Amino acid sequence: MKQSITLGKVTKFMGLGFLSTLKDLFTGKLEKEDFINFLRKVVVPLASVLLFIGLWHMGSQSLYNIEAEFKIEKALNDQGPAAAEAMRECIASGDVSCKPNTLPSPAQVWDSYKSLLRDHNIISADKAAFIEKTAALNEKRIAEGKDAITYTGRPSFVDQIFRSLKTVFAGFLLALVIAVPLGIFIGLSPTLKSSFNWFIQIFKPVSPVVWYLLVFMIVKTLLIDSNEDSSFTISFISVGLCSMWATLVNTAMGVSSVDKDYINVAKVLKLGPFQKIFKVVLPSSLPLIFTGLKITLSVAWMVLIAIELLAQSPGLGLFVWEEFQNGANDSNAKIIVAMFVIGIIGFLLDRLMLTIQNWVSFDKTDAI
Amino acid sequence: MATIIKDKANVTLTENGLFPSSEVMLDLKNLKKVYPTPKGDYVVLEDLNLQIKKEEFVTIIGHSGCGKTTMLSMIAGLNPISGGNISVLSKHIKGPGPDRGVIFQAPSLMPWMTALQNVLLGVNQVFPDATKKQRNDIAKYYLQKVGLEDSFNKRASDLSQGMQQRVGIARAFAIKPKVLLLDEPFGMLDSLTRGELQDILIEIWNKEKITAVMITHDVDEAIFLADRVVMMTSGPKAKIGDVLNIDFERPRTRKSVLEHDDYYKYRKHLIDFLEH
Ligand SMILES: Nc1ncnc2c1ncn2[C@@H]1O[C@H](COP(=O)(O)OP(=O)(O)OP(=O)(O)O)[C@@H](O)[C@H]1O
Ligand SMILES: [Mg+2]
Repeated sequence: MKQSITLGKVTKFMGLGFLSTLKDLFTGKLEKEDFINFLRKVVVPLASVLLFIGLWHMGSQSLYNIEAEFKIEKALNDQGPAAAEAMRECIASGDVSCKPNTLPSPAQVWDSYKSLLRDHNIISADKAAFIEKTAALNEKRIAEGKDAITYTGRPSFVDQIFRSLKTVFAGFLLALVIAVPLGIFIGLSPTLKSSFNWFIQIFKPVSPVVWYLLVFMIVKTLLIDSNEDSSFTISFISVGLCSMWATLVNTAMGVSSVDKDYINVAKVLKLGPFQKIFKVVLPSSLPLIFTGLKITLSVAWMVLIAIELLAQSPGLGLFVWEEFQNGANDSNAKIIVAMFVIGIIGFLLDRLMLTIQNWVSFDKTDAI
Repeated sequence: MATIIKDKANVTLTENGLFPSSEVMLDLKNLKKVYPTPKGDYVVLEDLNLQIKKEEFVTIIGHSGCGKTTMLSMIAGLNPISGGNISVLSKHIKGPGPDRGVIFQAPSLMPWMTALQNVLLGVNQVFPDATKKQRNDIAKYYLQKVGLEDSFNKRASDLSQGMQQRVGIARAFAIKPKVLLLDEPFGMLDSLTRGELQDILIEIWNKEKITAVMITHDVDEAIFLADRVVMMTSGPKAKIGDVLNIDFERPRTRKSVLEHDDYYKYRKHLIDFLEH
């Protein structure tokens, strides 16, 4: 009995079932009975996206008008009617110097997105050229025992995304490595559970900012002798500590609530502690552990932005902060682009976890 | 020296009504169980005495809540003893162990493992010195015996209730326990499946002759499977109320049992006890 893996199955498995409906639509495989389903799964979501963009457009338009009116009013009050008229003309001409600074429209955001991509292409080309140019020199330098020359140009938006992903995965791994074993120990022993409870209750609600400061104090002292940039270390440790609690609590809960029948089987068979944990306790608490890990990853991604910003660690958070500080004419639009990128990546990370969870879980109905 | 007397049912007894110790597999002496409750102690079992011989199949019936599961889980070592003692081959038990295999009411398989892995879990534990192939062969042998030769590699969670309980039977026999404890193993199955599993159970048992204690609510099942049916009084302070010897020859078939002249006599005896 070999099961073929079709696109439909894979996408459904990943919770992206609507993709296969779309495929059916284009390949003409859609039956009449599927039409309602198609409406519900494709047309309605699409309509809601359009509605959202429409509302956004109107909202940004009216905010723009409020801001423009205010500017003209201000010019009128401060400098008289001539200045007001000049301001009106200036705004109408779309000149950068007097452009009302407010929520950008969808079109502006789209433009910024394209310009960020262009920027990325330019920087990548630049980088590639640099690497090519220095390749021979670097080989020589390495042969002479000197450090290679590295590219130190400005990172592009796409580079920032990858740095953020790197930080979030490092933080997530740290959370996993700490929280899962600790959760197992806590879950196995009621004594440990009650003695660790205060610890969990107190540290769980602590805000990312405080975690960052705490990690900063410790890491700064520990790395006092090294002149390396510690911002990455600090930010991934903060992300890990901030996000590990859901996994810790869920693992402990999963381990302590293993079906009594399974424990009885383990007792009757006299399984040793190692066997008991790896053959019975862990597999049976896997669904809960994964639910915890899923929450951990999404929390990690959420706090990452704030922590990168505080730590001045390169990534999307720093990108947003720099754009905000910089106040260039398309900064607001770039911030919104970053917002969407952050949201979409967060969604994809969640899907990724769900897919892994479905993969390892024995109970297919458990996944949320 | 104790004089040996013979009772009606052809069972050898010493004069104080006990079996000679060389024949006894499982011995419950003055067994007592107390559950502490908010309203004070609840004495479930008191002065419960029961001896089960080697290679004997005993079924236990009694009203719901009288303490059958309590007694069985104490024999399994999963439930602490409040008074008296339990011994297997004259040795007091200390906690659970694979010398007393258990088939639970719920199949209690690890749903993430295959049928084979579930049986191997026990086999690996009990025969650590056997080669991998030998252990595999043992597990497969018992899975074949319960009719699952086509389902070795199916996940337990993908098997039907009846098939899961078959794996439960295979797992219990495969560890070659001294005593097999069964707590209403077929209670959750439909009557057709139940009949099938009774046949499978008795077929393996005829071959292995592992001393068995089985709780059941089903009078016909109790008679069909047992050498003796033990009736427990209603709690609190439940003890053994009556014991009925079933003298049908083995191996038995369902048909021969149902057609036997004594069948309705036995049945009436048990039902009278339960309705009492
Ligand atoms: N852990 C416990 N704490 C307190 N009381 C208990 C506990 N377990 C069982 N009891 C009580 O002890 C009595 C005997 O329970 P037990 O489960 O042994 O009965 P049973 O004969 O197996 O019943 P059934 O036929 O319904 O399975 C019941 O009254 C039950 O409420
Ligand atoms: Mg019971």
